[in-house]
Amino acid sequence: MDNKNLKGWLYLLPAFLFLGIFMIYPLIDVFVYSFEEGYNSASQTFSGTGLYNYSYVLHDPYFLQAVQNTLLLVGITVPLSTGLALLISVALSSIKPLRNLFQTVYFLPYVTNTLAVGLVFMILFKKTPYSDGLVNLLIQTFGGDSVDFIGGPYWAKMFVLCFYTVWVVMPFKILILTSALASVSQTYYNAARVDGTPRWRIFTRITLPMISPMVFYLVITGFIGAFKAYSDAVALFGTDLNASEMNTIVGYVYDMLYGDSGGYPSYASAAAIILFAIVLTITCINLLVSKKHVHY
Amino acid sequence: MSQKTNYQKIEKRARAGKIISNIILYTLLTLWGLIVLFPFYWMLLTSVKSYGSYNAEHVPSFFTLSPTLQNYVDAFTTVSLGKYLLNTLLFTLSTTAIMLAVITLAAFAFARLDFRGKHLMFTMFLSLMMIPNELVVITNFTTITNLGMRNTFLGLILPSVTSVFYIYLLKENFAQIPDELYYAAKVDGTSDLRYLRRVMIPICKPTLITILILKIIECWNSYVWPRLITDNPDYYLVSNGIQEIRENGFGRENIPAMMAAVVVISVPLIVLFLIFRRKVMAGVARGGTKG
Amino acid sequence: MKILLQNLTKKFPGRGKKSSSEVIAVNNFTFEIPDGKLVGLLGPSGCGKSTALNLICGLLKPTDGKIFFGEDDVTNLPPEHRGVGLVFQNYALYPHLTVLKNITFPLENLRGADKLSREEMEKRALEAAKLVQLEGLMDRKPSELSGGQQQRVAIARALVKSPKVLLLDEPLSNLDARLRLQTREEIRRIQRQTGVTTVFVTHDQEEAMSISDMIVVMKEGVAQQIGRPQEVYDEPVNLFVAKFLGTPPINIFRGQVSGGRLYIGEEAVLALEGTTDREVTVGIRPEGFIPREDGPLTCHMTRVEVMGRDISVVSTHPCSATVSIRSIINAESMVDPDARTVRFSIKPHKLYLFDSETGERIPFTARVC
Repeated sequence: MDNKNLKGWLYLLPAFLFLGIFMIYPLIDVFVYSFEEGYNSASQTFSGTGLYNYSYVLHDPYFLQAVQNTLLLVGITVPLSTGLALLISVALSSIKPLRNLFQTVYFLPYVTNTLAVGLVFMILFKKTPYSDGLVNLLIQTFGGDSVDFIGGPYWAKMFVLCFYTVWVVMPFKILILTSALASVSQTYYNAARVDGTPRWRIFTRITLPMISPMVFYLVITGFIGAFKAYSDAVALFGTDLNASEMNTIVGYVYDMLYGDSGGYPSYASAAAIILFAIVLTITCINLLVSKKHVHY
Repeated sequence: MSQKTNYQKIEKRARAGKIISNIILYTLLTLWGLIVLFPFYWMLLTSVKSYGSYNAEHVPSFFTLSPTLQNYVDAFTTVSLGKYLLNTLLFTLSTTAIMLAVITLAAFAFARLDFRGKHLMFTMFLSLMMIPNELVVITNFTTITNLGMRNTFLGLILPSVTSVFYIYLLKENFAQIPDELYYAAKVDGTSDLRYLRRVMIPICKPTLITILILKIIECWNSYVWPRLITDNPDYYLVSNGIQEIRENGFGRENIPAMMAAVVVISVPLIVLFLIFRRKVMAGVARGGTKG
Repeated sequence: MKILLQNLTKKFPGRGKKSSSEVIAVNNFTFEIPDGKLVGLLGPSGCGKSTALNLICGLLKPTDGKIFFGEDDVTNLPPEHRGVGLVFQNYALYPHLTVLKNITFPLENLRGADKLSREEMEKRALEAAKLVQLEGLMDRKPSELSGGQQQRVAIARALVKSPKVLLLDEPLSNLDARLRLQTREEIRRIQRQTGVTTVFVTHDQEEAMSISDMIVVMKEGVAQQIGRPQEVYDEPVNLFVAKFLGTPPINIFRGQVSGGRLYIGEEAVLALEGTTDREVTVGIRPEGFIPREDGPLTCHMTRVEVMGRDISVVSTHPCSATVSIRSIINAESMVDPDARTVRFSIKPHKLYLFDSETGERIPFTARVC
C-alpha cells in the first residue's frame, strides 16, 4: 500500500516540483510583495507593510494611461473581432468552392510571430521623412490627409493597435466559430427552408442560439486575452511604451519590474493583482450573463 | 395561367437572389483574405527590394523588377539572426521535450494510478489553471535572478516546462482508455512504465501531437519571459532578436533587411503549418487559446 | 392537391475526385399521387426514397424531369413557395425553443398579406397541437419530451401552416416498437382528419402496408411497383418486390418448368400452362403451404413453432435458395413435430414464377392436376 502511494507521487513529482516553484510559491509571493512598502531590490529589504503600493500604482499617471489604453483596446477589439469572425465564419460556411483555401489563409496569422509581423504593420502605417507609407498613400488617394499612425496622434496609434490586435486574434475565432457552425445539423436549416424562413431569421433564431455557447466562450477568452495585451503594442511601438502613450496594464507591470524604469517588484505586483481582480470581475460578469442567454 | 407566371417570377427571383448573395459572400471573403495576406506579401516584397531603391521610393511600389537577395545575406551577417534562430530552435525543442515528459508522467499518475491525496491534488491542479502568467512572472523573475540563471538556457526553459492545462487535456484522454487494457497488461506482467510507453502513449498520440503543436507555436512566439531573463544577445530568441534588430540593428532604418529577418523568422512555422494543416487546425480548435 | 412526378431523375456527382462515376439516386421516376391519399415510399436503405421525398419538397433540384402540384409546374420552385410540410427523421426540433415556439415558427415567417397576429399564431398552434394531442405540453423544451411526443411536435409544426402536401421522412424509425405501432395509427388518423395529401418514406414494409392507401416500392432509384398495398403483395411484378414485402418473407426455390409442370427438384409441384419450358425462380408465400400426407413437396422438418392462432413450420429443402423454409399454417391442421419429413401441397395463387435471370414475373395459369 505504501509502495503504491509512493509510486503515484513519484510520477507526479516533476510536475509538482515545477508548479510549486514557478506557480504556487510565486502566487503567494506576489501578494506578499504587493504589501511590502519601500522594497529595495538591491538589498532585498523593505521598510514596512501596507497598501501604499496599491495607492502609488493607482495614482501613477502611467498606470492610469495603461488602464485607459487597455480598456479602450478591450472595448473595441472584443466586440469587433467577435462580430467580424461571426460574419466571416457564416460566409465561409455558406460556400463550398474555395472554402478550404480561405480557411487556410485565414489561419495564417495564428502561426506567425507577433513581434515580427508587427514590424510589417509598423512599416505599412508609419510615416517617415522618406515616405508616407502605404496606408497613408491609400488615404491620400481617397482624398484624405496623411497621418503618422505610429508616432502621431493618440487616436491614430490606438487605431493601429486595435487593427493589429483584431488581425492577430481573428484566426482563432474564425476557427472556433466555423467548427461550431459545422456542428449545427443541416436538418435544422432544411426544416427552416421548407418553412420559408428568411436568411436573417435563420441566423438570429436558429444559428445564433445554437452556437451561443461557443460565442460566449470566445467573448470570455477574448476579454481575458485583450486585457493581457502587451506584445502587439511592443511590436508596433517599440519597448518604450510609456513614451508613446501606448502602454498596457501588462506592459506597465513589466516596465515596473525590469527595463529602464524597472526595479520595483512591489509596484509591479500591486499592478498585476489589480489586473487580475479586473479580469476576474469581468469574467464573472460574463459568466453570469452567459448563463442567462445560453440555452443549454 | 396567372398562377404559372407568378411561379416563374418566384423562380427567377430565387435564382437572382442566390447569385447576388454568392457575389456578396465571395467579395467579403476575398476582402478579408487580402487583409490577411497583404502583410505577408508586403514583407516578402520589401525583403527583396534593395536598400537604395526602397529608400528612393517616396510612393511605395507594389512590385519590384530587380529583386535582390542581398538583404537576406545582410540579415545573417550584419546581425546574429542565425544565432537567434538556433537559440529559438534549441529553446523550443528542449522546452517541448521536457514538458511532454513531465506532463505525461503527471497525467498518467492522475489517470491510472491510485494513491492517497490524488483527488485533492487534482482539484488543486485544476484551480491553478485560472492563474494568469502575469501574476507569477514577477516572482519567477526574482527567483531566476537570485539563482544566477539569467542569460542561461536553464533560466529560459525551466518556468515553462509544465502546463496544468495540458496535463488536464492528456489526463482526460488517458482516462478514456478502458481499464481492461491495464488489467490485461498487469496479468501479462507488464510494468506501469512499459504499459504507459507501449499502450497509453500510442493510443493517445493525437492528443500528444496536438499538445506538441501548440507548445511549439507558443515557444516560437514567446517574447515576454525571454525579454525579462536575457539581456545578452547571445541568448536572444527570435522575438527579442527582432526587437533588438529594430532598435539597434542594421544601422538606421534598413527596412528591407529587417523584413528579410522577419521573413526568415516567419517561414519555419508557416511551413510547419502548411504541412500539418489539418492537425494544427484541429489541435488549436481543441486546446488553443490566443485572442 | 394532386402530385405528378414526371420522368424524375436525380444524379449526384461521384465520391471519387477523378472518377466520372455519378450516383443515380432517382432514375426516371414517374408517378401520380392522387389528392388526399396517404402514400408510402418503400424500399431498402439507399434506394433513393429519401431523395425522392427531398425532390418533392424542393430541398433538392432534379437533374431531369418535372414535378407538378395540381396543374402547376413546381420543378424549380424553392421549397418555401411549394406549401409543403416536412417532418424530418430526427424531427429537427429547435432545441432552444419551447413546443409552442417550435410550432409557431413557420407562421412567423409569413409576411405581407399573410402576416398573422401573435394571438392568431397561438390559436393555430393550439389547433395543431390539439390535432396531435399535445395540448398540455406547450411550454416544454423538446429535450423534456419523450420520443413520441417530439414526433408529434414535428407533425404539428409541419401541419400548422396548412400545407397542401405533408411529407414524412422515416417518421417512425426513431421510436421504440410499441410507440411505433401507436404512432402509425396516429399518422393515419391525422391524415384522415386533415385530408392532406401525404407522402411518407419508410424501409419497414409492415409500416407502409398497414397505413398507406398506396405504396411505391423502390430499388436503386427505380420505382419497381406502384399500387394498393394488398395488390402489390398479391401480384408482385418481380422477385425483388416479392421478397421485400411480407413477414415472414417469401420462400424462394430453384425450379423448372417442363412439359406443363413445375418441378422443384424431382417433384412436380404444380400443373400449369401459359409458359414455355425453362429454368425459373419460384416464390411461395408462407401462407401458401397446406400440409398434406400426399402433398407433392417433401421437406425435411426442422421444428414447429407454435404462435397461438397459427403454427409455423420450419423446414429445409435441397432446392431452397434460402437456409430454411418457413410456412404459416392454421393451428388446427395436424403436423407431427417429431416427423422427419413434412409434405405440402401449394395454393396456386400464393406461388409466383420469376425469370431466373432477370427476376421478372412470369405469368401462368394453374391447371388442376
